Amino acid sequence: MSVHATSPQFKANAHEALGDAQLQDALSHVRSGFVVNRAASAALLPEFEALRDSARDIKNHTLAHLDLYLEAFEEKVKAAGGHVHFARDVDEANAIVIDICKRHAAKSVTKGKSMISEEMGLNHVLEANGIKAVETDLGEYIIQLRNETPSHIIAPAVHLTQAQVEADFRRVHQDLPQTRDLTEPTSLLSEARAILREKFLAADIGITGANFLVAETGTSIIVTNEGNGDLTQTLPKVHIALASIEKLVPTLEDVAQLLRVLARSATGQDMSVYTTLSTGPRRPDDVDGPEEYHVVILDNGRSSMLGGDFQDMLRCIRCGACMNHCPVYQAVGGHAYGWVYPGPMGAVLTPTLIGVDKAGHLPNASTFCGRCESVCPVRIPLPKLMRFWRDRAFTRHLMPAPQRLGLAFWGAFAKRPWLYRLATSFAMPMLAFLSRGKGRFTSLPLAKGWTATRDFPAPQGATFQAQWKQRRAA
Amino acid sequence: MSEARQAIFAAIRRSLHVTGAEAPRRQIVTERLERAPKGIVPARGQLDAEGRTALFKAQAERVSATVARVPAATDVPGEVARYLRDNNLPASVRMGADPRLAAMPWAQTALEIGQGRSYGKDLSSVSHAAAGVAETGTLVMTSGPDNPTTLNFLADNHIVVVEAQDILGDYESVWRKLRGSFGKGLMPRTVNLITGPSRSADIAHTLLLGAHGPRNLHIVIVG
Repeated sequence: MSVHATSPQFKANAHEALGDAQLQDALSHVRSGFVVNRAASAALLPEFEALRDSARDIKNHTLAHLDLYLEAFEEKVKAAGGHVHFARDVDEANAIVIDICKRHAAKSVTKGKSMISEEMGLNHVLEANGIKAVETDLGEYIIQLRNETPSHIIAPAVHLTQAQVEADFRRVHQDLPQTRDLTEPTSLLSEARAILREKFLAADIGITGANFLVAETGTSIIVTNEGNGDLTQTLPKVHIALASIEKLVPTLEDVAQLLRVLARSATGQDMSVYTTLSTGPRRPDDVDGPEEYHVVILDNGRSSMLGGDFQDMLRCIRCGACMNHCPVYQAVGGHAYGWVYPGPMGAVLTPTLIGVDKAGHLPNASTFCGRCESVCPVRIPLPKLMRFWRDRAFTRHLMPAPQRLGLAFWGAFAKRPWLYRLATSFAMPMLAFLSRGKGRFTSLPLAKGWTATRDFPAPQGATFQAQWKQRRAA
Repeated sequence: MSEARQAIFAAIRRSLHVTGAEAPRRQIVTERLERAPKGIVPARGQLDAEGRTALFKAQAERVSATVARVPAATDVPGEVARYLRDNNLPASVRMGADPRLAAMPWAQTALEIGQGRSYGKDLSSVSHAAAGVAETGTLVMTSGPDNPTTLNFLADNHIVVVEAQDILGDYESVWRKLRGSFGKGLMPRTVNLITGPSRSADIAHTLLLGAHGPRNLHIVIVG
């Protein structure tokens, strides 16, 4: 059971998001906070750009030898007394988790933040099996109360205002006095901390994601700021780590390279507060920690991306920098993208995972401004990969007829420079004339979508090529 | 699920156009796992011992930890007592079986000492770090009866002792130290790299300390 995708309705979603005042208020923080913080922390580390190259190379190397690193990882986990499970798709992954839960007669499960779990739709599956799943990352907890999905891969509740969170806490935390003061963010945090502390201590099983799997040692790594992931995986009897195949890295040295770009790209921290390396279950002498340790490794279509056009996407370390810097994401937020992964990385990954027929709008939701690629810590050429999808959607006749016709019409000119020059040499002066010297159009036939919300700039009268020629001559 | 495992390996190898048996490929992987080559190590942490300690302190304070430095291990109980008193906290701490902590003169203070892991009832805990990392002001904690992982997360106030000689320049030096203690390719159940007290910005984008882990992190550097 996967998450229901509303990606086919991207245009309607985006339109709605633009008119949502609360959402727009919340999104203003993405533009100011994340972008400024990343730039500041990158500027403080002279080696940052070289580390990005290094991070890219490590991921490329690992992907080219993925089968062998997976084997090495599996062997090490087993040697440390842990279990590795492989799942081809989300149904298999869910079945593995449910099986472990049933074997331990688990009633309550705490969860650290995991995008793979979102991909699996795991919370619904657990619920259908009579197991209560509690999200413990503060943002994830809030959206679980609202029965929503994350709108950002590292800041899942980035779309919500403080007033919305307060209203949700009053609605759900019915045991607490209705007259309590929740005007300060700290009081909201304290309330969630106290409630979740009980859940941590009562849970039978803890489920986390994994930022990295280390082949050298059979270690899974989580990177968090709150400490919820650590309480999730330390207190219950069983720790299950969910990961996808591309999370592998060869050695701890490689992890150090990736850690140096991860937090800086994500939140602008030099290092997140908690980077936790977990290897196997608790040792005979240990006085705490889980008695069982499981790693579930999900493929879900990723193996087919290897060796092809989209392999570069498998370098992604889920920092969220591409969405933080994306003018489209900044305008519409994450929910408009309609599935688990939003923003530029989602626009590339989602069509692979749920099909370009459903998610074909997403790679179109880009101006190709290139900011995503310019900040990606592993240098994924996101605009190029989105262009690949556009190309495939066109080839597979997945676009509406008028759009295809428009593109074919444009293609006819673009592929014939002489025709293009001829046409523009007539059209530009004509458009300039029609604008009657105002320099812009407030309405245009066939372009109402544009002119409904903004003016269309009118051409100056001569084509770019003509002006270029003229200036070169001068 | 071995069927799934086989299918995934087959799919990966099909996509990569390999069989998995190619000797040169295996050689490359074995060598990398064995040699664990370093990548780019920032110049920032490449300092002498005193420079590393100063950078560690500055970086830890940047992320809202508090740091004290005492001349000798025998001064640690006094510093812990002072910290609790100055912050109006009860004179009670929990700690694991670390022999370095056990050797300290706790009886010279009025502190009540609880032993062993935490079940969430302790306001303050004391741990001994395996190392510090100057680069980012990070503490390295290894799990075990000496320093149980629950002490790192359940108390409101986490006090961590680190010896100045264990403050290293970078993560790569930490891995080397861990390999020295546990063996190449072997790890304790948990290694926690801790950089400042717990925090969250999930409510209204306001950065708040004390999300689920400790609200305060106090580091005592010895030597």
